Amino acid sequence: MGEMKQSVLMKKGAEASLYLADWHDRKVIMKKRLPKKYRLPELDKQVKTYRTIHEPKLIHEAKKAGVPTPTIFLVDVESATIIMEYIEGKQVKKLLSKTSRSERQHICLEIGELIGKLHRYGIIHGDLTTSNMILNSEGKIFFVDFGLGEKSKELEARGVDLHLMKRALQSTHFRFAEECFSTVIEGYSKMLSSENVKNILGKIKEIEKRGRYIAEREGD
Amino acid sequence: MELYCLGIESTADDFAVGITTFNGKILANIISAYVPMEGGIHPRKAARHHARVASRVIEESLKNAGIKPRNLSIIAFSQGPGLGPCLRTGATVARTLASYLGIPLVGVNHCVAHIEIGKLKTDVEDPVTLYVSGGNTIVSAFDSGRYRVFGETLDIALGNCLDVFAREAGLHQSVGEPFGAVVERYAAKGKRLIPLPYTVKGMDMSFSGLLTAAISLLKRGEHKLEDLCYSLQETVFSMVTEVTERALAHTEKEEVLLTGGVAANKRLQSMIRSMAEEHDAEFCVMPKEFAVDNGAMIAWTGVLAYKYGVVTPIEESVVKLKWRLEEVEVLWVK
Repeated sequence: MGEMKQSVLMKKGAEASLYLADWHDRKVIMKKRLPKKYRLPELDKQVKTYRTIHEPKLIHEAKKAGVPTPTIFLVDVESATIIMEYIEGKQVKKLLSKTSRSERQHICLEIGELIGKLHRYGIIHGDLTTSNMILNSEGKIFFVDFGLGEKSKELEARGVDLHLMKRALQSTHFRFAEECFSTVIEGYSKMLSSENVKNILGKIKEIEKRGRYIAEREGD
Repeated sequence: MELYCLGIESTADDFAVGITTFNGKILANIISAYVPMEGGIHPRKAARHHARVASRVIEESLKNAGIKPRNLSIIAFSQGPGLGPCLRTGATVARTLASYLGIPLVGVNHCVAHIEIGKLKTDVEDPVTLYVSGGNTIVSAFDSGRYRVFGETLDIALGNCLDVFAREAGLHQSVGEPFGAVVERYAAKGKRLIPLPYTVKGMDMSFSGLLTAAISLLKRGEHKLEDLCYSLQETVFSMVTEVTERALAHTEKEEVLLTGGVAANKRLQSMIRSMAEEHDAEFCVMPKEFAVDNGAMIAWTGVLAYKYGVVTPIEESVVKLKWRLEEVEVLWVK
C-alpha cells in the first residue's frame, strides 16, 4: 500500500473505520472494513472482499452518471481497504442551516439533480444524508460513502433512497426541511420523466404510511 | 383482589393459551402445535386444528392457573400479523369468551408481544431485539413511542428458509423435533464452507435467492449434506447478526434480546453474543418456552395495553394479517 503517514481515525462505523491519512504527499481517506469475529474467517473474507470491490465500482459509475465522487486511488482487497481522494470542503450538513435562503435553495436544487442523475443511471446511494455530501470551494457538491449502495432502477429502491433524504433533512435541518425537500424534488424532476417522478412520489407516500424508517436518522 | 388476563395466540401453527396476573406473574402457558403430516403449514388445516383443541387448551390453562372463568378480568388475543384462517379462529374464540363473560377484549400485536414477554422474563429493559422465527425476521428497538423496525427480511423469514431446505433435503426429524433443530444437528458435523449468496441491502436481508441456491446445490449432489447445512446456517446467521449490529451501533442501546423459534439455535446465540460483547452490550436469549409463539406473551401484553386504556370493541376486532410492529403505539414505555 506504500507509505502511510499520520493516519487519524475520523469515524468508526458498524462496518468500517475511516482514517484521514497522508499518502504519497496526498491527503487521503482510508476506509478499512473490520473483521467480524462472529463470522467464520472465510465468510468474513468473502463479504469484505465483495464490498471492497463493489463500493469503488459504484463510486466510479457515479462519475459516469455525472455525479462528483472521490477518486479511488487504491483498492487493497487483502486488507479490505480503499484509499480515496480526500475532498477538501464542507459537509452540507454543517452549512445548510446557516446559509442564506437563496444559497440553500441553490444547494438543494443541485442535490436533487445529482440524486436524479444517480437514479437515471440505475444507481441507488443507500445512505443519502447531508453528512454524506461535501461542498468544495468551487461550489461543486460531492457524494461520498456508497457503502450501502446498489444498482437498481426499481421504484421501491428509488423511493426508499429519497425517503431517507427527506428524513435526514427533517432530523438535521428541521426548520427548513419541507422547503429543502421540495427543492430537492424540483432538481430531481429535471432528470427523470414527469411520469417517473409522479410514481416515485407516490411510492414515498406509501413508504411513509408503512411507518418505518421514521426515527432512524435522528441524531445523525 | 388479584386480576387475571387470559391470552390467546393463534397466528400460525400453534394454538396457545396463557394466563397472567396484572402484576406479570405467569400462571399458565399451554401450547398445542399443529403438526402437518407432510409439507408446510396449510392455513385452513391449521385453523381446523385450532378450533378442535381450543376448549381443551383453555380448560387446561384455567386448571393450571387454579382459577375459574369468572375470575378473569380481560381477554387478550393476537390480532395479527399472521395467517388469516388461524388468526380468525383465535379471534372468534376470544370474542366468544369476552362477550359471554362480559369482560373487555384487547387485541394484541404478536411481534410487540414477543418483545414484551422478553422484557418480563429476562433482565433487559430497553433492548435491540432480534426476533427470528418461521414467519418473522425483524430487528427492532424502541424510539419515540414505538418499536421501530431497523431491519427485516425483504422476502421469506429466516426460519422458513431453514425449514424449506430441511424438507427439500428430506432431513430426518425425531419425534417433536423442529426442522431448525435438525439443520443445526447436521450443521454441527459440517466443516467446509460452500459459498452462498450473502444478501444484506442496507438494513434489510433477503433469504429467498439464497434458499434457491442452496436447494440447487443440494440437487446437484456434489456436496455433503452436513456441509450444506453448515454453510446455510453460517450465511443466514451472519446476515442477521450484521443487521442487528448495525441497529445496535445506530441506536447505541446497551442490550440485545434474541427471541423467536430460531433463538434456540446455539450457533446463532454464540454469534449474537460475540457481537454484543464487542459493543459492551448485555446479551439475553429467551428461554424456549417463551421464545416460541405462546399465550402468556399475549396475556401480558394485553395487560400492559389495558392498563393504558386500550380495549378492542368487538366490532373493531377484525384480524390484521399484515399488522406491522411500528404501527402500534406503545403507550406503556416511556
